[in-house]
Amino acid sequence: MTQTTAGRPTSEPAGRKQRAQIKARTLRTDRWWVAPAITFAALTSFLVYGFWAIFDKSYFVEPYIAPFSSPCLATSCPEGARFLGLAPFGDWWTLPPGFLILGLPAGFRLTCYYYRKGYYRAFWLSPPACSVAEPHGKYTGETRLPLILQNLHRYFFYGAVLIGAVLTYDAVLALRDAEGNWGHFGLGTAILFINAALIWAYTLSCHSCRHITAGRLNHFSKHPLRYKMWTFVSKLNARHMLLAWLSMYSVMLADLYVRLVAKGIINFPFA
Amino acid sequence: MGYKAKFRIWRGEAGEGALEDFVVEVNEGEVVLDALHRLQATQTPDLAVRWNCKAGKCGSCSMEINGKPRLGCMTRMSTFTEDETITVTPMRTFPVIKDLVTDVSFNYQKAREIPSFTPPDNVKPGEYRMQQIDVERSQEFRKCIECFMCNNVCHVIRDHEENKPAFAGPRFLMRIAELDMHPYDVADRKNAAQEEHGLGYCNITKCCTEVCPEHIKITDNALIPMKERVVDRRYDPLVWLGNKIFKRSGSGSGSAKSG
Ligand code: SF4
Ligand code: SF4
Ligand code: FES
Ligand code: FES
Repeated sequence: MTQTTAGRPTSEPAGRKQRAQIKARTLRTDRWWVAPAITFAALTSFLVYGFWAIFDKSYFVEPYIAPFSSPCLATSCPEGARFLGLAPFGDWWTLPPGFLILGLPAGFRLTCYYYRKGYYRAFWLSPPACSVAEPHGKYTGETRLPLILQNLHRYFFYGAVLIGAVLTYDAVLALRDAEGNWGHFGLGTAILFINAALIWAYTLSCHSCRHITAGRLNHFSKHPLRYKMWTFVSKLNARHMLLAWLSMYSVMLADLYVRLVAKGIINFPFA
Repeated sequence: MGYKAKFRIWRGEAGEGALEDFVVEVNEGEVVLDALHRLQATQTPDLAVRWNCKAGKCGSCSMEINGKPRLGCMTRMSTFTEDETITVTPMRTFPVIKDLVTDVSFNYQKAREIPSFTPPDNVKPGEYRMQQIDVERSQEFRKCIECFMCNNVCHVIRDHEENKPAFAGPRFLMRIAELDMHPYDVADRKNAAQEEHGLGYCNITKCCTEVCPEHIKITDNALIPMKERVVDRRYDPLVWLGNKIFKRSGSGSGSAKSG
């Protein structure tokens, strides 16, 4: 077997016409590793922050609640932090309340078509960059478990719509001051509104959303309203990668901001 | 204002070969294919390179330039510095016939495996009524010049020869999407895409989109929408339940075309 494409023999029988024998993993001369390295660093920093935040207890300070811990559904949540005043999970739940809802946004981003591209390239090196050979001997992609579960993305999309609604609700509640009087507008309020807007933009630009609005139809002309929605979502969808990063950092910064206020580290008058 | 450009070109037959160095004159406004032609004319009359239109429209001159799939006729020499050595190799995913010419019959084979447009029985040719917006999506895919650089760059087969039988490649998964989106096509494209043409192998890492000289958004507009259509058919429990009930009551139609 003389044929090698990435230093690996392939299953092609000897004697048949063969690919060009080139030993190099890639002949690219540009710095192709920069993009995956940045993705790796950015995603890792988010994971590290998220891990810290989920265990951090200062997630609430009137009138702000940190996005990573919202909606707060446990009895351990302070009175004002409880979503709609409810604590449906009862006393038995003793872990940080953030764990109750973590699965929705995490699952949404984990199965997102853009993040999949990002981590398949940056973490799994499959492939690290275009026309750079991947290091794996075998590849089945998303044809079998566990990766076939990526097909569940649209259910996380439905969940993400709920999360978007909750974050908007939280931002509206941040229009009250610490005593509960409406009319407050602090830096925190602005940050929560901007974050909610970016989360919505990201959520609505989702490929599953694009499919559900009208992408699944073949006769656009018979569904003018849905076609209009599809056109709008398609415009957002073209920016999906950008929105994924913006909303990821906005949620992280908003979360951090609320925690810093809650800890008293940020305490200027317009906080 | 010509200068002597340094080239490193893969030369050989049927897989066996090596990179060879050349120095050749290039002039302002020229493209890589011009330099290869000058090499043919002045130093290596037997250098094999496939080309036709020199206008980026026939899809013949696909090759890899500095490791990236490119059309030789559309890659300007001005994108390189004068002291740079430019490496030119044949497409890696397909067998080499000679030098830069590969045997792309894999692609024709895959094209033949896709059943052609299948209109409903009760609509005769000439009776199709469609509006522009109904065919707009497919028209993007029709810009394809069949250069096969997307299939060449796709790691599913580029790095895994053994996946070739199971995977049609982005070019032909896009063809399936085109037919599935067609208002008058009734063939089952969704199950076929997943079971026979390997849509599940694609991990949407977008290299096909990156190299397409026609700038077709293959991944965003064809592959992901097709994956979503497959989810409708195969992985959506609500749709699945609906179909079960439908079939049992005997009122299910053979085609589950939507819209
Ligand atoms: S997006 Fe899919 S089809 Fe396109 S190159 Fe990547 S794996 Fe291949
Ligand atoms: S889709 Fe683009 S890259 Fe693929 S064969 Fe057609 S023109 Fe070439
Ligand atoms: S959120 Fe990225 S594709 Fe759905
Ligand atoms: S020669 Fe026709 S595309 Fe390059």
